[in-house]
Amino acid sequence: MRILLIIVAWMFCTTAVFAETDIQEITTKGGIKVWLVEEHSIPFIALEVSFKGGASLDAPEKAGATYLMAGLLEEGSGDLDATAFSMSTEELAASFGYNAGRDSVSISAQVLTENRTQALALLKQALMDPSFNPVAFERVKKQVLSIIHSNETDPRDIAGRTIRGLGYPNHPYSQPLEGTIDTVQALTVDDIKAAHKGALAKDRMYVSVVGDITAAELGPLLDDLLGGLPATGPKLPVKTEFAAKGGITVVDFDTPQSAAVWAHTGIDLKDPEFFAAYLLNHILGGSGFTARLSHEVREKRGLTYGVYSYLASYDYANVVGGSVASSNDRIKTAIEVIQDEWRKMADKGVTKEELVAAKKYLTGAYPLRFDGNGRIANLLVGMQMQGLPIDYPKTRNDRLNEVTIEEVNAVAKWLLKPDALRFVVVGKPEGLISTD
Amino acid sequence: MKIVTGFIVLFWTFMPSVLFAETVTSFDLKNGMQVVVIEDHRVPVVTHMVWYRVGSADEHTGKSGIAHFLEHLMFKGTNTMAPGEFSKIVAANGGQENAFTSFDYTGYYQKVSADRLPLMMKLEADRMQNLILSEEEVLPERDVILEERNMRVENNPSSLLREQRNAMQFFNHRYGVPTIGWRHEIQQLTQQDALDFYKKYYAPNNAILIVAGDTTPDEVRKLAQEYYGVLTPSSNLPERVRTKEPPHLAPLRISMKDARVNQPQMVRTYLADNRKAGDQKEAAALEMLAQLLGGSGITSYLGQELQLKQKVALSVSAFYDGVSLDKDTFGLFIMPAPTVSQQQAEDALDAALNAFLETGVDEAHLTRLKTQAKAGQIYARDSLSGLARRYGAAMTSGLTIEDVQAWPDVLQAVTPIDVMAAAKKVLNANNSVTAWLLPQAEG
Repeated sequence: MRILLIIVAWMFCTTAVFAETDIQEITTKGGIKVWLVEEHSIPFIALEVSFKGGASLDAPEKAGATYLMAGLLEEGSGDLDATAFSMSTEELAASFGYNAGRDSVSISAQVLTENRTQALALLKQALMDPSFNPVAFERVKKQVLSIIHSNETDPRDIAGRTIRGLGYPNHPYSQPLEGTIDTVQALTVDDIKAAHKGALAKDRMYVSVVGDITAAELGPLLDDLLGGLPATGPKLPVKTEFAAKGGITVVDFDTPQSAAVWAHTGIDLKDPEFFAAYLLNHILGGSGFTARLSHEVREKRGLTYGVYSYLASYDYANVVGGSVASSNDRIKTAIEVIQDEWRKMADKGVTKEELVAAKKYLTGAYPLRFDGNGRIANLLVGMQMQGLPIDYPKTRNDRLNEVTIEEVNAVAKWLLKPDALRFVVVGKPEGLISTD
Repeated sequence: MKIVTGFIVLFWTFMPSVLFAETVTSFDLKNGMQVVVIEDHRVPVVTHMVWYRVGSADEHTGKSGIAHFLEHLMFKGTNTMAPGEFSKIVAANGGQENAFTSFDYTGYYQKVSADRLPLMMKLEADRMQNLILSEEEVLPERDVILEERNMRVENNPSSLLREQRNAMQFFNHRYGVPTIGWRHEIQQLTQQDALDFYKKYYAPNNAILIVAGDTTPDEVRKLAQEYYGVLTPSSNLPERVRTKEPPHLAPLRISMKDARVNQPQMVRTYLADNRKAGDQKEAAALEMLAQLLGGSGITSYLGQELQLKQKVALSVSAFYDGVSLDKDTFGLFIMPAPTVSQQQAEDALDAALNAFLETGVDEAHLTRLKTQAKAGQIYARDSLSGLARRYGAAMTSGLTIEDVQAWPDVLQAVTPIDVMAAAKKVLNANNSVTAWLLPQAEG
């Protein structure tokens, strides 16, 4: 594959639908707000429900509770044990996904029109009345422990954990999503029940549906599915700042190719200059071959298979970061080139041609993200969680096009801080040592 | 959330291969290029793909990686396009692009606004015959590929072991050589190697055009004739005849230790028949067998036995793809539970397989799988690029459009007797390679 398809950790770039798409906002009788796109050509619906909070709600000594809880939702409920629950799902040919992220817990469901009432009744059981049966609990806990254990020797995972530890001391962001061997070992069924009670509350819930259903049909279904959830949940985490100072941290690990990540403080999604920063990042290190980092590090010098920068604007912290991987004897050069490009961009900014090309790409690629019911449902929930208006898809490209080169270059000056970049390099990088 | 521990290559071929005859049209251009159109008018977007019937298994001995290297070099310019210009134009049109190489095929695609389809065809047709390469482009790109290999393979013990296992499974067939290439052979690949390979295989009569999305067969026919129809077919395309495996006479084993491994795990593969044109019955039975044994976690036979009842495994699965030009493999994966030794885990797996061969198929389970397969036809329509890939992979692996369209019915027709016959045939220890990945410390 010519480009490694990376999953950008950040939702903004995927919050897109066609301007002509008719998104309806409806409020059910029970007071649940939902964004709906009717699409009757394929007989199924995609439902996305997301709750703010996520793994960030875990107390330090309970790290991993939310992740394990989400993994246990499909392991039996009501009078169904894990096997019976899965078999029922299979009989209905429904698909339910439960995902615990850093900032949210989300449920993605796809159900057929022909049996959607039964399928959603099953999902309701999983959400409202999960058994957290001790046998299933022990089994899934062991699986999670094996994941944590495997991550301990994954260079990229080590890099991510290390930079989060440096960047967010005393904040849940420093904790691994899955927890640590120690915290997960210590988790009990009661901890999982507590995590469940806190995570799925209506005061932090966002819902969207795309597919073969009308607004009138959807209301009662959603009230039945979600109406019984608790009205409120625990206090959400507080914001923090990426605290690591500029420099390099080398983590010694015996492997042929070093994995490196880097970051410094970033920009909030709600910042009026965000679009300018978005264009700036695309030109500096966005995906594709046209970005400067890719051109300099990969195309010209052959130092890596992939190099990217990104704006990671999470709910409780913002960073500008990036990643690269190069063999141990070449990683030093790769990092030097990246530092140079960062500095060059901060000093001189982008060119007119680059900005025109970036706008063309980003505005043109925008509608392409709208490629499937499940995908759109996911995007619509993301938009709601960011507080974007329902007509955002109709105005987004115009707002991007209005950004001037002066704005981009002004943002480049304050946002990009070459001396503040903290690199974490995992491997046996030749010629690199930790700076502190 | 599915807690997925384990096997990193997740085949998802179970979802049946489509669809709705009325939305799929195909025809040939005069120069032999095949064309497939999959219509979907939900949004004004098209996926434009060109697939070549050549992959890494068509390479010459000693030149491993050349098919994939050439795929990278296809972005480096033509008579009329500067290096990188292709990508710049696609990006300036808001398009997304990528390319991929496998044992049996090489493919290129762009996803663009529907009105940019002619431009994509123009670009893709141009690089089918006008590629130009220079040393200053080729050498850094070879380094990129070595870094790609570092990332995918050298840094990943389970990938390293997979290469070794494949080499044992196919010791006389090119499926035993990794698509990305052996490191020492990649280092020796030259510009001339790439050009030779290009001239030999890149021609309209060795290519398939697939357009999926907001278009019509008439529009595609007109444009394809204009852009691809003028290309000259090759008069000496090599036949795709590969060396065959001799009979395998004994079970093979490999055990690899690596300090970067924390979690012991085993993959065992068996030589298995692939889907064949007009004859997919055995493959369909193998597909169902994989699903029954280990396709759905704890509800599958091995999940029930080894994860739930005996608690000897953290994770267990079975996999089968079937889309390949030559013989394929049927695979099993197991990750032992913490206090279970590798021998205990493997013994338990073998005992469970034997028990399955004796007790036979749970008919209710087979029925559930067929229900899911039917629903899969509905869900599959949501991903157009997924559909397009399904056609491309099949058609470059010896199957026809009719085979792709018949597959759901062939799956529905599988009986318990078919499954058991396929199981008895495929689970032949002499055709197997058992590969253990172990932590360094372990005895």
